[in-house]
Amino acid sequence: MPVYIGKRLLVAIPTLLIISIFVFSLQKLLPGDPILAMAGEERDPATIEFLREKYHLNDPVPVQYVHWLGGIVTGDFGISLRTNQPVLELVMQKLPVTIQLAVMAMIISLMIGIPMGILAAVKKNTVLDYIANIVALSGLSVPNFWLGIMLILLVSVNLGWLPASGYESIFVDPVRSIQTMIMPAFVLATALAAQVMRHTRSAMLGVLSADYIRTARAKGLSPREVILSHSFRNALLPVVTLTALLFGELLAGAVLTEQIFTIPGFGKLTVDAVFNRDYAVVQGVVLCTAVGFILMNLLADVLYVLLNPRLRATL
Amino acid sequence: MTAIQETAPVAAREPSRAWRKMKANRSALVGLVIIFFFTALAVLAPVLPIPDPLATSWSAIRKAPSATHWLGTDDIGRDILSRMIWGAQASLLAGVVSVVIAVVIGVPFGLVSGYFGGWVDMVISRVTEALLAMPFLITAIALAAFLGPSLMNAMIAIGLSAMPIFVRLTRGQVLAVKTEDYVEGARAIGLGHFDIMTRYILPNVFAPIIVQATLTVATAIIAEASLSFLGLGQQPPAPSWGSMLNVAKNFLTQAPWMAMWPGAAIFLVVIGFNLLGDGLRDALDPREA
Repeated sequence: MPVYIGKRLLVAIPTLLIISIFVFSLQKLLPGDPILAMAGEERDPATIEFLREKYHLNDPVPVQYVHWLGGIVTGDFGISLRTNQPVLELVMQKLPVTIQLAVMAMIISLMIGIPMGILAAVKKNTVLDYIANIVALSGLSVPNFWLGIMLILLVSVNLGWLPASGYESIFVDPVRSIQTMIMPAFVLATALAAQVMRHTRSAMLGVLSADYIRTARAKGLSPREVILSHSFRNALLPVVTLTALLFGELLAGAVLTEQIFTIPGFGKLTVDAVFNRDYAVVQGVVLCTAVGFILMNLLADVLYVLLNPRLRATL
Repeated sequence: MTAIQETAPVAAREPSRAWRKMKANRSALVGLVIIFFFTALAVLAPVLPIPDPLATSWSAIRKAPSATHWLGTDDIGRDILSRMIWGAQASLLAGVVSVVIAVVIGVPFGLVSGYFGGWVDMVISRVTEALLAMPFLITAIALAAFLGPSLMNAMIAIGLSAMPIFVRLTRGQVLAVKTEDYVEGARAIGLGHFDIMTRYILPNVFAPIIVQATLTVATAIIAEASLSFLGLGQQPPAPSWGSMLNVAKNFLTQAPWMAMWPGAAIFLVVIGFNLLGDGLRDALDPREA
């Protein structure tokens, strides 16, 4: 197993290098000369020259890239223009908040998606199946930020059940933390639950027609046992992989959700950075999500092998 | 030459069979009707008897839906129905244009990558993989931020972010098709690479691309609304559903109708494209009779 993981990590290096080239090129898209802005009103030639030298801007672009990449590799993602904090520090500070949100969203989507998928598969082509499919389609189609606004309107403004915004660390006040996070987590979970439902349904349909299920039925097992222990255990495999893959998407989806519910996480950091033209932070965020996404992909592959006894033997 | 020509009619008959299957698929038709409805609204916006979407009225600020303003008015007294109808233009345009950008760039790269293989394929595939590792919406937001806020830039940002999906899809399809007899035949009669790719391979890999494109329009419409919601898309005072929601969220308690309609419209259009995409996939799938 360690060899397999090591190989996969090595393969990720070229991918990361290409991503870093893209992220570096982003700053070249910017109109105007950042140095002129930094040099202030007088535009003193000596200052400008000093700044250009300091940021390696007199070097050819590939050399600039190498300087930049050297920084990234050693954990220097640049400095936030607004807060003067190192970008990496900012990201690390905000990440736990978003991870809590993403984990809660994941749990909610599995709690909705898996039972709905099993039910739809077992009751294929019945009213229940159709309803499950319509719910899934709606979950995939609803704009997150609108659902968030509508939920705030209904649950917070009209019913007064949950706070509309705010954040509390789960380590300080767990109850309050979950209260403030449950609505955004649900919003984030909708699209995910829909995909989990669709995958569970089709995986279950594949398994339910297998010979060993017929055998299980023939030897007189209860439908419950056939569905849960014989079918679902085997249908679980693609669902687990999907879950790991979608976790990366959750990080991205959190951007608007956090904005709506004013949760001080990774997504809010992104949007604030975009508004404040804090480009080093934007670059850092894109790089970090890509790294996270690649790691989750790796995790999905590893889980797939670990959970599949046939593949486990080959390692 | 004749041997090759004979394969063509099969491909020509394909759409009618697919169309019959489409017509039998009720949910795809519902999707088509929804799309047609909103497209009609968007196209007819200039001639419909609706108020100017930009006309403000200080005597009609945040009025609830009524006989004069069917969907109510916004924070500076503009008619929401009118802004919704004009906003349909921005949403549909953004959805379609960004997918066209994604297809026009992505499909040729996928075609070349799958057709030639070797180091060309290696380079294109690695770059595509890297692009796919960057989450769609974050890439679009970052690109739009660096390009500067405007509807056109939002479309470019969304198109470029959606592009790698089409490279990968096309490449996979080409790999499956390029060993077919009719491609061998085309090569045997001495056609150039360009002709083989555009006349023999492309038409035969187009079905899944159409399906993906339809589903991506749905994603792109949500992405445009998201960017406009963040202020990175359509710029005020021009109407777009996303930017209407951006303003509406500040008046949730005083004027909830401001937030209700634009979101419902996005929801409905996106359902339309998703239904149509799923329906097209079923209709164009040769495995199901």
